[in-house]
Amino acid sequence: MKSIAALDCSNEFVSRHIGPSDKDIAYMLETLGFESIDQLMSLTIPDNIRVDNALNFGSMSEAQALCALQKMSAKNISMKSLIGLGYHDTHTPSVILRNLLENPGWYTAYTPYQAEISQGRLEALLNFQQVVMDLTAMPMANASLLDEGTAAAEAMTLMMRVGKSKSKCFFVAVDCLPQTIAVVLTRAEPLGIDVHIGDPLTDLEKLDVFGALLQYPNVDGEIHDYREVAECLHKAGGLLAVAADPMALVLLSPPGEWGADIVVGSTQRFGVPLGFGGPHAAFMACREEYKRQIPGRVIGVSSDKDGKVAFRMALQTREQHIRREKATSNICTAQVLLANVASMYCVYHGPKGLEQIAQRIHLMLKILVSQLREAGVSVRNTSFFDTIVFDTLGAEAVHKRAMDKGYNLRVIGAEAVGLSVNETTTFDDIKELVKVIINRVSREEPLVNCNLSASEGIPHALVRQSAILTHPIFNKYHSETAMMRYMRVLEEKDLALNRAMIPLGSCTMKLNAASEMMPITWAGFSKVHPFAPLNQTEGYQELIADLENKLCQITGFSGISLQPNAGSQGEYAGLLTIRAYHKSRGEDDRDVCLIPSSAHGTNPASAVMSNMKVVIVECDADGDVNLSDLREKVALHKRKLAAIMVTYPSTHGVFEEGIREICQIVHDAGGQVYMDGANLQAMVGICLPGHFGPDVMHLNLHKTFCIPHGGGGPGVGPIAVANHLCPFLPTTPLSLLTSEGMGIGPISSAPWGSASILPISWAYIAMMGGSGLTKATQVSILSANYIAKKLSNHFDILFTGSNGLVAHECIIDTRKIQSKAKITVDDVAKRLMDYGFHSPTMSWPVAQTFMVEPTESEPLEEIDRFCEAMILIAGETEKIASGEWPNNDNPLVNAPHTAEYLMADTWTHPYTRKQAAFPNGEMSVSKYWPTVGRIDNAAGDRSLVCSCPPIESYMVGG
Amino acid sequence: MSIKYSKDHEWLVIDGNIGTVGISNHAQEELGDIVFVELPQVGDIVGQGDEICVIESVKAASEVLAPCSGRVIEINEVLDSNPQVINQSAEEEGWFYRLEISDFASLSELMDSEAYETFLLAGEE
Ligand SMILES: Cc1ncc(COP(=O)(O)O)c(C=O)c1O
Repeated sequence: MKSIAALDCSNEFVSRHIGPSDKDIAYMLETLGFESIDQLMSLTIPDNIRVDNALNFGSMSEAQALCALQKMSAKNISMKSLIGLGYHDTHTPSVILRNLLENPGWYTAYTPYQAEISQGRLEALLNFQQVVMDLTAMPMANASLLDEGTAAAEAMTLMMRVGKSKSKCFFVAVDCLPQTIAVVLTRAEPLGIDVHIGDPLTDLEKLDVFGALLQYPNVDGEIHDYREVAECLHKAGGLLAVAADPMALVLLSPPGEWGADIVVGSTQRFGVPLGFGGPHAAFMACREEYKRQIPGRVIGVSSDKDGKVAFRMALQTREQHIRREKATSNICTAQVLLANVASMYCVYHGPKGLEQIAQRIHLMLKILVSQLREAGVSVRNTSFFDTIVFDTLGAEAVHKRAMDKGYNLRVIGAEAVGLSVNETTTFDDIKELVKVIINRVSREEPLVNCNLSASEGIPHALVRQSAILTHPIFNKYHSETAMMRYMRVLEEKDLALNRAMIPLGSCTMKLNAASEMMPITWAGFSKVHPFAPLNQTEGYQELIADLENKLCQITGFSGISLQPNAGSQGEYAGLLTIRAYHKSRGEDDRDVCLIPSSAHGTNPASAVMSNMKVVIVECDADGDVNLSDLREKVALHKRKLAAIMVTYPSTHGVFEEGIREICQIVHDAGGQVYMDGANLQAMVGICLPGHFGPDVMHLNLHKTFCIPHGGGGPGVGPIAVANHLCPFLPTTPLSLLTSEGMGIGPISSAPWGSASILPISWAYIAMMGGSGLTKATQVSILSANYIAKKLSNHFDILFTGSNGLVAHECIIDTRKIQSKAKITVDDVAKRLMDYGFHSPTMSWPVAQTFMVEPTESEPLEEIDRFCEAMILIAGETEKIASGEWPNNDNPLVNAPHTAEYLMADTWTHPYTRKQAAFPNGEMSVSKYWPTVGRIDNAAGDRSLVCSCPPIESYMVGG
Repeated sequence: MSIKYSKDHEWLVIDGNIGTVGISNHAQEELGDIVFVELPQVGDIVGQGDEICVIESVKAASEVLAPCSGRVIEINEVLDSNPQVINQSAEEEGWFYRLEISDFASLSELMDSEAYETFLLAGEE
């Protein structure tokens, strides 16, 4: 008998998202010896934090969710935004939109730690670095930062580190982008840097500063000649950072040619949608001397063991994973996907195409300016590329007329209006804008013979002379066919989630469902300027409010800020919030931050950025925070204790029983508890961090809530806080929202950080509902325990809770087999590639071991295939240990095996080619082939090359 | 001329009032392939225990502490272009810098070869 209830399909997505079927789940439980998933939960998660039915909101089907999103996107009023302020509309070439931005082969990959299976996106990122180096005329660039504001802040701290000056004063030009100034001020305050804001042409020479930040062209579009400023600053021992618009640099003399030590900026307008503020890829370029100091990832050229050119992330040891509190920056997840869109935009258009686009933009504005001047409008600029400010007695009326015609202009005050022309601006727009601004019907053909005097626009002395994008990569793929194939070739080289499980611990590589992804490129979400009037963004406001509400329910906290663009930024924002709280109570000198030795490297790095002193708390042999050491350290620093940063479940993948006690000890001493929520995956629907002690936590929406990793970003790292911390949450740049008060300053350029990817998490939560989310948590814990059980006969499982169970991930200790066979954890990781797998997290948090996280999305079959691979590798190590295969010639040390290697005419190794390539004996047609052999890390780090190598090196194999 | 070691795995060879400093062979083995060294500048005044060099390998980056106080008079420029010399010959060719020792009293804290060996063995347990 079917009832009307049978018509309900609102929870259909849950079984699409969760890999194992109910039958599989029953089998997995049986394997582990449990009767029900509830029994497993009650033995895994401590009683004193577990809650029942924590989430009681319902779910939607995929179609319903898409429909709801469609409605919200329609509430964002689609306007042509000529606001500028560092955000410009752009045409994402359709070939890039479809084959890269909307392609899981690109967006589901992880940060390219395993270089041999990441050559495609590494090449794209190297192209990105080359673009930045060419446009800025600097010898060295990194592979993206989170946004222009944080890039400028990073430039400031970099200059303080490398500069010779003893000054604690930093100069910021008053005509920098306002949100950049705001982010720099936030960053400077805890570090005791005194920021002086002024006019660089008149104020700078009187000051003793360690560095200065200029904007080029400035916020009003003016292009100043800063040569003398640079010289003068250098003479006084200061360093110069320039925030530059890469599109303008196509036509302008680049900062590297007139004295910049560092150049930062955003590549958004190279094909990356506005998206209400992000995600976009910022960049940093610098002098050669600072190459070991530059924050973020740097892609370098090295070679594989056969001498073939191969790319890899260089200088990894400078990063916080190793340097911890001595790291130069806390940045971890960056903006790889968006950097790759920008880099492909340049590959597709090439130098000529880019020049045409830049010239067209400039010419449009020239025509507009000449018309305005002819009509008697006073345009303030003496120079411009794409932006101007003009005087008017009725700014409000101009904005109103503009909006009526579908344009947003930049609000400056009652008597001036700003305007920026972009790639999407047409000649018709210019005609319309003339009418809007001069407010009278102009002549029939107003623009045919306008007077474009040559002196206008770009100052003669600042016209670009040097060539850009001369490397052949930027001069080959200009037809759509060629472009499509180039991206396909690169995509093929990489192993992403659309090919195989990526069992990286602490990364939560779960499904990024198509329905979640689709809305982000809808015009209603992607074409919105971050500083558009609030009444045009009601759809976004609605989505954000609902997402905030759901995340508060999920975490048990009362307030949230979506501004941080990655987990690292969340940590930083959270610690600043804690700092502001202590200050508000007159406890300014609380500056000690306790961090367990097992913490992720971003934790100590963020603490140092917040000017806190890091004190390490030991872990005991079973991996938990050592409570007696904690008590001792708390007692020692009692009155100075600011916070503890704990990860829960711990980075060892265990629900520590003592978590409430840890929080209590710290609270009793007047400290606050910061929770690193990278592992929230194991708690959604089952425990509420806001209820068991922590005062603030960050979430990684790019882990727990389905935002794809994009090959190393984007991310969203919101912070959720308890009631007493709400007043201290970050304020929004440009005071878009009124509640300023006691909040810490903005920590990102855009008011809601990476707003355009929030629909992904919204859709996931909506389609799973409270019970689906809870089930996801349960299955991820079940799968991790299933793997631990299956592998426990062959490897040690390093840490478990009191009932011998792990949380949503487990550490596989391969050290015994490694030492018996005299091989390394690297050898095992690279051998997994031959089996078609991405290695689990390697050597973190415990050196020479693997941390495995399956997530709820992996089907049982794939989990079994992974376990089989690990077990077969254990068998292979036995053959090495027994001497059947020599230590220096076996499938592990020679891994990964490329097709080229295996096709060699002669084969002299003690194992067969089939054993090398098809180790489980099945000749699968879908086998993944690594495209390069083992990469030589040392050679690449000794002589760092971070520009595109000569074209011949792309020919071989490839 | 005798070689002394610090607990932080630096070595010091003393010749009159001139000391030559590097990292021990054991430290080199622990670090793996060394890719970069940042040396002090000639003329720098260093105190015992100061972090005056940075060393990076493919596995790690760490500070190298000064085993004694003094003024730097010479640095091993070969290391700039050829840091792997440290892997090949940590306690000879791979020296870091020479200094004029200013405080001989502090040298008593250093170990001789034998004591250092014992120290390493104790660490392994
Ligand atoms: C435990 C932990 N904390 C913090 C982070 C940093 O997050 P993000 O990369 O988003 O900055 C990570 C990310 O890998 C992590 O695993």
